[in-house]
Amino acid sequence: MNQWEVVIGIETHAQLATVSKIFSGASTAFGAEPNTQACAVDLALPGVLPVLNKKAVECAIRFGLAIGAEVAQKSVFARKNYFYPDLPKGYQISQMDLPVVVGGNITLQVGQGDKAYEKVVRLTRAHLEEDAGKSLHEDFHGKSGIDLNRAGTPLLEIVSEPDMRSSDEAVAYAKALHALVRWIGICDGNMQEGSFRCDANVSVRPKGQAEFGTRREIKNLNSFRFLKEAIDFEVQWQINEIEEGRKIQQATVLFDPDSGETRMMRSKEDAHDYRYFPDPDLLPLIISSDWINRVKGELPELPGQKRERFVNELGLSAYDAITLTASQEMADYFESTVAIAGKANAKPCANWVMVDLAARLNKEGKELVESPVSAAQLAGLIQRIADNTISNNIAKKVFEALWNGEGATADDVIEKQGLKQITDSGAIEALVDEVLAANPANVAEFKAGKEKAFNALVGQVMKAAKGKANPQQVNDLLRQKLAAG
Amino acid sequence: MSLTLEQVQRIAHLARIEVSESEALATQGHLNGIFQLIEQMQAVDTSGVEPMAHAQDLSQRLRDDVVSETDRRAAYQAVAPEVEAGLYLVPKVIE
Repeated sequence: MNQWEVVIGIETHAQLATVSKIFSGASTAFGAEPNTQACAVDLALPGVLPVLNKKAVECAIRFGLAIGAEVAQKSVFARKNYFYPDLPKGYQISQMDLPVVVGGNITLQVGQGDKAYEKVVRLTRAHLEEDAGKSLHEDFHGKSGIDLNRAGTPLLEIVSEPDMRSSDEAVAYAKALHALVRWIGICDGNMQEGSFRCDANVSVRPKGQAEFGTRREIKNLNSFRFLKEAIDFEVQWQINEIEEGRKIQQATVLFDPDSGETRMMRSKEDAHDYRYFPDPDLLPLIISSDWINRVKGELPELPGQKRERFVNELGLSAYDAITLTASQEMADYFESTVAIAGKANAKPCANWVMVDLAARLNKEGKELVESPVSAAQLAGLIQRIADNTISNNIAKKVFEALWNGEGATADDVIEKQGLKQITDSGAIEALVDEVLAANPANVAEFKAGKEKAFNALVGQVMKAAKGKANPQQVNDLLRQKLAAG
Repeated sequence: MSLTLEQVQRIAHLARIEVSESEALATQGHLNGIFQLIEQMQAVDTSGVEPMAHAQDLSQRLRDDVVSETDRRAAYQAVAPEVEAGLYLVPKVIE
C-alpha cells in the first residue's frame, strides 16, 4: 500500500472591524432586523457609486505589516461576475491581479509537549473585498428570502500557500491566524457570527511525488473542530478513491457537521467563470509609504516579537514562548503575573499559567478572561513559593482556595488555613527524630542500600508535618541523621 | 483568435442573455470583428508600458469609517415585487 502525503492550503475570510461597510456608509452591526442596514449602494440601485472605506484599507495594511508581507503601494479593485440573488450588482467587488498584500508568513506551533514542533506557513496574498448578502431558504411559499444587511461588509481574504501537511497543521494555522487578526485588532474573530471562516483546499499524493494531486475545496468551515473533521474525512475519502482505481475530479464540496461527511457542491465543469476585470467605478488604490510607516508605528508588539523577548529576557524555552503568545489574553495574563512576581520567577509563572491554570480552566470549560484567579492573585501565590513560605504541593491547595473565592490573596488563604511552611529547623528535626524512631524497618532498609526506603521516610515526615514542612530541609536533615546514625 | 459559436453561446449564458441561433451567428461575427481589431493592436510594441488599470490617471478617494446611512427599508421595499418579514423574496435558489 502507498504512503500518502496530505497537502492543504487555506483561504480565510476575515470580517474587518469597521463600523461601516467597505463601499457605503451603512452600518455593519451584527444582528439587526433584515435589510435595515442595506443602503442604496448595497442594494445596487441605479446611479450609485462605491467609495472605499479608509479603515478597511488600514486593516489590510496592519495585516500586511504583521506578517512581514509587502503592502502594495498600488492595488486595483476588480469585478468578480456571477449571478446570485444575494449579490444585487451581479458582481462582487474584489481584487484579482494587484492585491493589497503580497507574500508574508506565519510561524505556528503544531502539537503539544514533547511532540510539538514549529512550522512556518507562507502566505500567497491577502485582498480586500465585499461580502454578499444572506439567502434564507426556509419556505416562504416556495420562495427564498434575501437579507442584504451583510452585503458590502468588508472582508480580507487571506490565502496561504499549500504548505500544510496534516489536519493538525491546518488547525494550528487557522488558530494562529485567528489569534493574529484579533491581536492586531482588525477582526473580532467571532466564528459563530461568521466573522472568521475558512475554505480548505485538500489533495493527497504518494509520498515523494513532486506534483500535487488534484484538489477539492471544502467551503465555509466556521469552527476549528469542523475544519479538522472535514479535512480528516476528505483525506480518507480521496485516498480510498485513488486506491480503488478512481481519479479525483476537481470540485467544490460542503461539509455536513451532522454526518461528518463532505459532499460535492459543484464539479469543475460547472465551476464559475468569473470573468474578472478592473472595476471602472473604482480608481487604483494608492497607499503612500508615509501611511504605511504611520501604521507600522501604531502596531502593538506582535506575537513573534513577544516570543523573542520571552526567550531572550525571561529565559523561557521556545515552546513556552509560543504557547504563551497563542493569544493576546494569554500573553497579557502572563505578563501581568511576571510584572508582580518578578522576572526571576518568569519560569514558574509560565508553568502556572500554561499548566495549572490552563488545566483548571479547561476542566470548567472557562476562557482565560473568565478566570476566577487574577494575574495578581497568581503572582502573590508564586511569590510565596519563591520565598519558601509554602511548598509547591501546598501551593496547589492555595490555588484551589483562591479559585473558590476562599480568600482575596494567597497570603490571606495561607494565614486563614494555617498553611505556612515549617522552616524552623528545630521543629523539623524533632519530627525527623520521631519518624526515625518509629520506623526502624525503613531505616534498616535504607542502610542496606534501598533508596526507596528514604522516600518512605520523607513521606512519613511530611505526613507528620501535615505537608507543611519544607521538603528540602526535610531531605537534608534526614540524610544527615541517617548518615550520622 | 476567433470565437466558435459554442463559445458565443456560453458567454451569452454566463451573462444570462437569451440568444437565438441566428442572433448567436450575428453576434459571433461582431465579436470576431472586435477580436481582429485587438489582434492588430497587439502588433504594437508595448514593452516598457505599464498596464493601465483605469482610464483616468487618478487615485481612489477614501471615506472615513462613519455610519452615514439611516434605515430606509420601507422606501426601498415599496418598489420590490415581493417582500415578507423584512426580506426580499425571490424564486427559490438552492445551489
